[in-house]
Amino acid sequence: MASMPVTVDRAEKFEKVCGILNRFARRPSGLIPILQAIQHEYLYLPEEILTYVATSLDVPPARVFGVATFYAHFALEPKGKHVIRICDGTACHVKQSLPVLEALHAALGTSEKSKTTADMLFTVETVACLGACGLAPVIVIDEQVYGQVTPERAVGLLKEIKAQEALLATSSAPLAEQLSAEECHD
Amino acid sequence: MNSVTQPTLTIDGKTVAIEGERNLLELVRKANIDLPTFCYHSELSVYGACRLCLVQIDGRGIQGACSTPPEPGLKIQTTTPEIREIRRIAIELLLANHDQSCPTCPRSANCQLQSLALRLGVKKVRFQSVHKQVALDESSPSLVRDPNKCVLCGDCVRMCSEIQGIGAIDFAHRGHDVSVQPAFGKQLGDVECVNCGQCASVCPTGALTPKSEVDQVWDLLADKKKTVVVQIAPAVRVGLGECFGLKPGEITTGRIVAALKQLGFDQIYDTSFAADLTVIEEGTEFLERKTEGGQLPMFTSCCPGWVKYAEQYFPELLPNLSTCRSPQAMFGSLVKAMLPDQMNIERKDLKVVAIMPCTAKKFEAQRPEMGVNGDPDVDNVLTTQELAQMIQSAGIMFDMLQPESFDMPFGFYTGAGVIFGNSGGVMEAVLRYAAEKATGKRLDQVEFQQVRGDSGLREASITVNGSVLKLAIVHGLRNARVVAEQVRAGKSHYDLIEVMACPGGCVGGAGQPVTTSPNARALRTKGLYHADKTLQLHKSQDNVFITECYAKFLGDIGGEKAHHLLHTSYQSRRRIADEFLPLVEPKGEDKLKVSVCLGTNCFLNGSQEVLNGVLRHAEQSGLEGKLDVRAGFCFEKCETGPTVMIGNEHIEHCTSKKAIEEINNRIECDRPAQLPNTHVCKHCHD
Ligand code: SF4
Ligand code: SF4
Ligand code: FES
Ligand code: FES
Repeated sequence: MASMPVTVDRAEKFEKVCGILNRFARRPSGLIPILQAIQHEYLYLPEEILTYVATSLDVPPARVFGVATFYAHFALEPKGKHVIRICDGTACHVKQSLPVLEALHAALGTSEKSKTTADMLFTVETVACLGACGLAPVIVIDEQVYGQVTPERAVGLLKEIKAQEALLATSSAPLAEQLSAEECHD
Repeated sequence: MNSVTQPTLTIDGKTVAIEGERNLLELVRKANIDLPTFCYHSELSVYGACRLCLVQIDGRGIQGACSTPPEPGLKIQTTTPEIREIRRIAIELLLANHDQSCPTCPRSANCQLQSLALRLGVKKVRFQSVHKQVALDESSPSLVRDPNKCVLCGDCVRMCSEIQGIGAIDFAHRGHDVSVQPAFGKQLGDVECVNCGQCASVCPTGALTPKSEVDQVWDLLADKKKTVVVQIAPAVRVGLGECFGLKPGEITTGRIVAALKQLGFDQIYDTSFAADLTVIEEGTEFLERKTEGGQLPMFTSCCPGWVKYAEQYFPELLPNLSTCRSPQAMFGSLVKAMLPDQMNIERKDLKVVAIMPCTAKKFEAQRPEMGVNGDPDVDNVLTTQELAQMIQSAGIMFDMLQPESFDMPFGFYTGAGVIFGNSGGVMEAVLRYAAEKATGKRLDQVEFQQVRGDSGLREASITVNGSVLKLAIVHGLRNARVVAEQVRAGKSHYDLIEVMACPGGCVGGAGQPVTTSPNARALRTKGLYHADKTLQLHKSQDNVFITECYAKFLGDIGGEKAHHLLHTSYQSRRRIADEFLPLVEPKGEDKLKVSVCLGTNCFLNGSQEVLNGVLRHAEQSGLEGKLDVRAGFCFEKCETGPTVMIGNEHIEHCTSKKAIEEINNRIECDRPAQLPNTHVCKHCHD
């Protein structure tokens, strides 16, 4: 029974996708705003939904995929609850942003290829330039900007979030149970 | 008033007339200067990305010639020290991001990157290599995709979408991650690619190449237990010579036969024989449809690229496709049915190799219906390029060979069979047959100039026996789509439509030698018409071996045996593999699986309504815990869509009412204990 809300949610979301497509009269010229609206619903762009978008706009799926991967704003993988973005613009790069990135990857077990932790708690990304070069190297965690970050400080910030998450988990035990019950089948 | 002066401009000091050229590049080439290019093809849109076609224009600086329209009075220089340096840097940058395993690359002999590096005198790459090796895509039966060799010119992308109207590959990602690939990083064999290979014929490098079966064929030839027969397609004879320094269109039939003998094939036959057979079967089918009120217009079916395209995009028109197999397939099926007895060998020891100008024929040969109990009618398909490679590898000096002739009976053919290799040829060959059959009178004037030509969409009408036949001839699948859409909308007035996927027909197939010469296709076509002229017979019905074949083996034209061996059926086909969208997916076993098709055809027939109906019903009746609802993308039953699968029941023309009834039936029937005798369910027997 625990999974009920999840499934209803999926069907509802699909109806919303249909609504979004209708809103743009299923015209290929609306592709970008359509993808934007869909990402707003799902927080990323699931492949099958993109296939459906391609079908209903009568655009080849490869084109939809091309557009979805061209804009950094679109995500094709679900992102973690906390998104950590590390600036790798010139200024930050020069001020040693790379070691920060490496420290985070090491602490979370993530990598350039698999950016999100298995428990869907964290996603680590690099971005081109956050426009805060004066504070280099800069990282952004869930919209909060941190300047002059060292690898140690970054890992420290991680620990804080993890602690908060642990607290959250114990204070709402039923929810946590529900979550783990969801995950341990098959 | 009338003293119109010819507008001109100056190229490297010479005055050149502007005569309707679309861009400076065309003018520069007209002035016999071969400006280097990667991303320009006269038949595709201008992309302007490679920056190789640069010229210096007085007062305007350095410009890309391909994207600058001609203007009278311009003064252009095509090489300056600065331009030379820019070009060289462009090539070096490409090489720095290129898998430089050139000697083992299939395009080594005709790679444009290699030849430009040589031409521009690039002796070393001054940039550090940034190349990251990725895996090859060998999923397609027809092509190999090697992204490590891609220079991102986009030629393939524009070919696939602009000429073929498909768009199976496109640019993805951005910045230094950009690559050309099928949707969602899938492999080419799992998407809507129809295997025409046209992308490979415009690719300047080895990033897209026909998939070679040369090694398998060497193995067959070395196997003493096997009898290996070979068929060569019409278009091969006017293309192969190009690999040996001959001009496009030069007919090399006799030398090809000699080479094949020397390579060790046991019998050398001609696909043109089977093309003659196709004419008889297809012509008869057409006349029957015409006189007996069958499904018209009839589309030709000898191009496997077009057939797959129709199966994917026009399932409702499949009854309009001629049921005739392609000549390659007819040949394989007939020969494997006849020869084992005649030669006193078992079917499994007879191997058929086809030499084709075409990459899609590789796919066709692997279609399961083109074989008997898993033994394919055609074992291996080699492209013209692959045959050239075998000849080279054996050290045979092709131009020194003494012509030899085909083996009989399957090496005998008429001119009608030969012109199958060019656009308009199938149409003309069928007309030569149908006109004579319909009138019962001997046809002396065999040339139907009305159906010849180069344009991608041609129309003709011909009066036969007092009635007017309306004909269309198309090449390039985008043009086919235009015509097929008219037919689907009921707006077409044609009787017969010839479709070839490749520009110019088979002579322009992707298995033909790679060429950058713009008139190669026209010359090859000319070669085939010339071959027709020089032959004694021009009508398939005059092929005595065909007549004998019907008399001794096949029985009636269009009869039962002929149908079994020479005809086929088609199936609707999904465009993309493995896509399922779970919508309601409760945990646990024993859920009733409901899959609603959201593929294009079902979608257009209202399947989204059906899906929404099912979802609403599941919610309102509290069935979420019992149903596993998902959307699929084409169950290959498009003709009877919207398609819904409930459990393992396939519901045709499904509506939400039908789907809900069936779901209720099934759910009820799952709990007979709770509701005894209240409901009789048709699924509960057995
Ligand atoms: S083979 Fe034809 S259909 Fe397939 S990707 Fe290339 S051009 Fe497109
Ligand atoms: S695969 Fe070939 S044609 Fe396509 S973009 Fe790459 S280099 Fe150009
Ligand atoms: S040919 Fe002009 S930019 Fe590539
Ligand atoms: S679209 Fe092919 S079965 Fe639905």
